[in-house]
Order: sequence, then C-alpha cells, then structure tokens
Amino acid sequence: MKKNEIPQDKSALENVSKELCYALDENGNYSTDLSKGWEVKSKALEVAWSAIDERVFDAKQKVLNRECSPLLYFMELKLMDVEIVSAYTGFWKWQIKRHFKPNVFEKLSSKKIGKYSKLFEVDPEEFKDPFSGKPKP
Amino acid sequence: MIDFKHIQSAHCETGVTSNLLFHNGIDTISEPLAFGIGSGLFFIYIPFLKVNHAPAISFRTMPGMIFKRTCNALKIPVIQKKFRSESEAMEYLDQCIDKSKPVGCQVGVYYLTYFPKEYRFHFNAHNLVVFGKENNRYLISDPVMENTTELTGQELQRVRFAKGPLAPKGQLYYPEIKEKPDELILRKAIVKGIKRNVRDMLYIPGPFAGVSGIRFTAGKIKKWRGQLGTKKAGTYLAQLVRMQEEIGTGGGGFRFMYAAFLEQSYQHIPNEGLKEVSEMFTEAGDIWRSSAVQASGIFKGRITEQSDFDLMADYLYKVADLEKTAFKKLAGLKLTF
Repeated sequence: MKKNEIPQDKSALENVSKELCYALDENGNYSTDLSKGWEVKSKALEVAWSAIDERVFDAKQKVLNRECSPLLYFMELKLMDVEIVSAYTGFWKWQIKRHFKPNVFEKLSSKKIGKYSKLFEVDPEEFKDPFSGKPKP
Repeated sequence: MIDFKHIQSAHCETGVTSNLLFHNGIDTISEPLAFGIGSGLFFIYIPFLKVNHAPAISFRTMPGMIFKRTCNALKIPVIQKKFRSESEAMEYLDQCIDKSKPVGCQVGVYYLTYFPKEYRFHFNAHNLVVFGKENNRYLISDPVMENTTELTGQELQRVRFAKGPLAPKGQLYYPEIKEKPDELILRKAIVKGIKRNVRDMLYIPGPFAGVSGIRFTAGKIKKWRGQLGTKKAGTYLAQLVRMQEEIGTGGGGFRFMYAAFLEQSYQHIPNEGLKEVSEMFTEAGDIWRSSAVQASGIFKGRITEQSDFDLMADYLYKVADLEKTAFKKLAGLKLTF
C-alpha cells in the first residue's frame, strides 16, 4: 500500500480517533500516516452489528413466546455467551442453560436474579419482565 | 506527574512495548522492530472456536508474547503480575505510579468507556499504559488512540478484571531496565525474531496455523456458500476482514508492519535480501487488502455466486504461496554481522 492509497472514508471512529497505518512513501520507504477509516471495514462492522441485532430480535421473540426466559434476551443484548455470563456471575454453564427455561427462571431466588440484573445493568424487575406493557413487535 | 511520551501506534501490544521501552531510555525499538523481534506475524484459524458467532481467526501471535519475547531478546528483565484480588491489583498499580513507573495493563474492551460503542466487543487482550493519577482519575496512554485519555479508578478496575476468554486478571507489566541493549544485542534480537517467525509460519504442526492455515481457510471459504448460505457466509467473511483490518493491525493483517520491520532491520543488518523480502510482504499485504475488497462485495450482497467465493479463496491461496516463498527466502538469508 502506498501512502496516497490509505483510505480516508467515513467510519464509526471518525470523531474519536484516526488510525495509524503503515504505507510506502514516494521513495518506496515505509512510513506511517493516519486513516479516517475504510469503507470496506466499516461495512464489515455494520454486518457484525446487524447479525447481533438479529440475534437480539430473535431472542426477544422467544421470550415473548415463552420459549425462553429473559436471560437469553439480555445475554444477547450484552453480546455475551454462556461462557462469559458464567465467568461474570460464577454460575455453572449448565445452571445458566437451565435458567433459560421459563418455568425454572420464574422460581429463581432474588439473590440469583440480583446477580444477573447487576451484570446486565438493569433493575431486577425489568430483568424478570422486560417487555411488560410494551406492545408485541 | 510522570512525563510519558504518548506515541500513537497501529497495534496495542507493540505500541505499549515500544512506548514503555522509549520511556525507559531505549529509543531504538520502533513499533515495527518490537513486532518483528517479538515474532508477531502469524495466521491461525482456530477450529471449533467461535468468536461473536463466527470463526476465530487471528493474524498475530498470542497476546502477551510480543512484549515478553522482545524484552527477553533484548536482555531486559520484565516484571509481569496477575492478581486474584482486585483491590490488590489497584494498590500495586498505585505503588508503581508513586514510584514514577508507567505500567502496561491488559484490559477488556467491552467496558472501555472511551472506545466508541461500535468497537466494544468482549475482547480481553487489549493493552494500554497507565502513567499517572490525578484526582482519582488515571491517565491512560492507549497506543491506538491519537491522544491520551483518562479512566476513573472504578472504570479501570472493571476493564482490568473483565471476564471471559483471555481474562486479564488484572495483569500488569513493565520492563526493569538495568543495562541498555547495545547494537550487537539488537542485531541478535532481530535475527532471533526472524528465525522464530519462520518457524511459526512454515513449520508449526497441524493444518490450522501458519502458511498452511491460510490455505486451510481458503478451502473453508470455498465451502461456506454451500454450507451456510450467502448471508451467514457473508458474516463469516466480515469477521475475517475485521480481524485483518480493524484497528490494531496497521493494515493488511500486520503484513505492512512486518515489511516495515524488515526494512528497518536492514539499517542494522545490511543484507539486501531483507529489502527484497520486505517488498514481498508489502505485496502480501496488498493481496490481503484486495481479498478484503472481494469479501466486502460478498457481504454487501453485491456478488453472491460460488465463483465469487472461489475468487476470494484464490486470493488466499496466492497470498499463502507468496508468504511461503518469502519466509523460505528469509530462512535462507545469511544474516551475519
């Protein structure tokens, strides 16, 4: 890549920081210059986020259909998986998977609910019933 | 206050390494030199492991290795600590700052408040330097950022104790320099870094890593469209592009940084072969970038035929061949001084 080929496209980093790139100068020697962003990778990031949005949407549907507990929804919302939730809460992975079941979830102690709601940074009541009073999408 | 010079870098760990060494009076180790001496260039497709629900692919060596290897090769003792207790980890950090020692910290990105939300995934191998504390706010030199920044004690503690894969466990590290490395040690370090990188890219066992890992990935890509459908295959390719080009690689999956390393090595070991191989890695970086453009055509949904995936794979086969030739050539150079 030559210095004048360093892309200067719009990106999510725009107002935060430019990125340092290595490229060849006029004499064919390496030097560094800043890039505002590259459309190719902005799009890649967009694709990653739309995949996340889709997962969150699907999780919400499952919660509304009572196929799954709100735990799944919040886990997806926070970009986590069972391993990460386990690492933060101290619950075993099998416990967390069990808590996905609505009937198990409903009987969780307030202590356990508290651990989850702290991790997901929501009020315990909202954690237990995130979509009450909201119309079905 | 510690007078710490923040020099923006392309990659976090190499930047922290170079900046910490610079602070300690060693001004000869640029970011590319730290990268090359630490044998940073790599490729691995980690089978069975998914990151953000797409394959785990990395263009660099294991986190933490570059700092350790670079300092070892330069005969600089390293202090590296992990902590069980969060308060102990913060106390130790405060003691370092009191002694005017800037320290490198491993952190998770998800709760890193000064990063834009779009970049905050559960990635736990980011590195930054803490170089001071004012009114309970820590002064942070994050090498990938243009300017220095700040975190509250709480914010810093949270990212130092991020959980999940590669959890930092409060890890901090700094060089304890007794003697500055002389030119001879530096030359030896360069040669050692090159040799180790040749080994990692050419002779690492198994099909998933090194040059054969690139070929393996190419084979996978050919099958993705049939196995996953164009949409999911697109998200997989988007992940490949992000690992390759996103903040922290300097472009072309670190290949340009490696080319810069070889070019700078020539200043220390004047062997024309280094320059020639440097040019080969520039070309490799350019092919990686062309492959990213091809991938973006796919994940934008503009091109969706099997032939488009085949062309994508062909870029990877081509780059694998080129990197193989380049590393073979490097291995054959008589780097004497």
